Amino acid sequence: MEQTLRRNPALRAWLLIAPAGLFLLIFFILPLFIVIIYGFLERGTYGGVVWQFTAENFSRVFDSLYFSTFLRSLYIAVLTTLFCILVGYPLAYFMTSRPPRQRNLLLLLLMIPFWTNFLIRTYAWLTLLRTNTGLINVTLMNLGIIKEPLPLFGNDFAIVLGLVYGWLPVAVLPMYASLDRLDRSLVEAARDLYASGGQVFRRVIWPLSLPGVVAGSMLVFIPSLGAFVTPAILGGGKSLMIGNVISNQFLAAHDWPFGSALSTLMMVIMLFATLLYFRSTALKAKEERA
Amino acid sequence: MSAARSSSEGRMRARLGPWALVIYGILAFAFLYLPIIIVVIFSFNDSRSTAQWSGFTMRWYQELMGDDQILLSLWNSLFVAVISTLIATVLGTLAALGLERYTFRGKLVVDSAFYLPIIIPDIAMAIMLLIFFNTSGIGFEPWRVSFLGTRLAVPYSVIIGHVAFNIAFVTVVVRARLASMDMTLEEAASDLYANSWQTFRRVTLPILMPGILGGALLAFTLSLDDFVITFFTSGAGFNTLPVRVFGMIKRGVTPEINAISTLMLLASFGLIVFSILSRRRSGSDEEAIQFGL
Repeated sequence: MEQTLRRNPALRAWLLIAPAGLFLLIFFILPLFIVIIYGFLERGTYGGVVWQFTAENFSRVFDSLYFSTFLRSLYIAVLTTLFCILVGYPLAYFMTSRPPRQRNLLLLLLMIPFWTNFLIRTYAWLTLLRTNTGLINVTLMNLGIIKEPLPLFGNDFAIVLGLVYGWLPVAVLPMYASLDRLDRSLVEAARDLYASGGQVFRRVIWPLSLPGVVAGSMLVFIPSLGAFVTPAILGGGKSLMIGNVISNQFLAAHDWPFGSALSTLMMVIMLFATLLYFRSTALKAKEERA
Repeated sequence: MSAARSSSEGRMRARLGPWALVIYGILAFAFLYLPIIIVVIFSFNDSRSTAQWSGFTMRWYQELMGDDQILLSLWNSLFVAVISTLIATVLGTLAALGLERYTFRGKLVVDSAFYLPIIIPDIAMAIMLLIFFNTSGIGFEPWRVSFLGTRLAVPYSVIIGHVAFNIAFVTVVVRARLASMDMTLEEAASDLYANSWQTFRRVTLPILMPGILGGALLAFTLSLDDFVITFFTSGAGFNTLPVRVFGMIKRGVTPEINAISTLMLLASFGLIVFSILSRRRSGSDEEAIQFGL
């Protein structure tokens, strides 16, 4: 046995991978294919499916109602990504500008909220934003600053805020890493050549930290597009995203094929974004080698 | 004139720049921490309101301690986390060894299959599993077991779902540790006539241990925190703590939720401190940055 394994490393690799591999094959890859196939079937009367192939589920996605939810989800995900970069980049820059000892502490402080329960962090915003009983509106009204409560809850604003709050740390992390790696002598060289602060940023710092920005965007965009908890809690039942529509197909409408078609489309968009990301990083690596 | 102005402007920026940056940094961290802190504060509020302070109380915590449903969901959470972490850590570590150390045909496909559960949004994975358990006939049969003196009925489907996403995370963490490992140590061991099992047992495994422990801690944390996959793979009537809390939130904001939240925050905090302490002892910072801990 030992001899056979020694002579055949590929067999050894397969034996090591097999337990986890088989588990994922049965409980992840197979379900993935089932969802894709279900998207092409007809719905059963009480949930489930009828084995009759159709493309109707996918054409229904383009019906105005669902399609607008799809577009809104995309819009919310893009907005969340933009704000995460906008807020996160200066934060990453601030962190790298500190001495090394402080930097590790700040990194830890950044990640502690991320490792606490997402549901609870979303709930925290619920207690702040609620229209008549939220802390922000109550306080502002008690202080006499506003007379009517501000519309902070149950809309896209609340969802974007909740998502930015939830994913900001993972957006900062890769930006921090690429700013940290940045060769400071390049900045000094630009300075010596009389570049202004703005020019140094535009021509040196920003381009060199771009890979971090792209990676951060990816890490925020994908979970934002697939968000379920945030719109369920902060959307106030009115403002929904595609994740909620999908879950409704299973929990309420009992339209499994349509829910499957929606999830398949969502995954296709994400796959597309991931491929785009890998292509851009591969291109970048090729350029650097050249 | 213009030279003088630009130099004074430069000095201004040199002085203002860092200060503006520091203030921005403080504000950004305040943004990250204030909402959590407010939840904690209002868990001690002597009123049903979570917006106006009316004095200190511990009664929401006392009410929690007497709430059997909450306690049951806590044991459910812990049981699912422990079991799924154990299984995922063993399977994930083996897979990491196979994936990181060998090249073979079809490796790219296998690699992607191991990354996919990390990339895919949890709602998509939850739906996939829901359909799968429904149509395969596996269903949502509970595992009846006595855990810490409490009788639990935990659906196998929930544990399977947690193992599925945890395997992927454990594999990534252990692979990172393997990639940074000094191969010459293993070569030295086999030069000294250690057989491959001895080499693995005496050299590879001890060096790998921090990575394995890190992966297990990550899996445990993710499992405790998970709401979406548990919610969709549990059938009816099974609650972990996050599932229970979600149900309570849907019914409204109450100080009890603040109290549970505070305890859960405390638990996460404890896990983070534990993971830092264990890492400090093994002294590996590279992964720390990579996985944000």
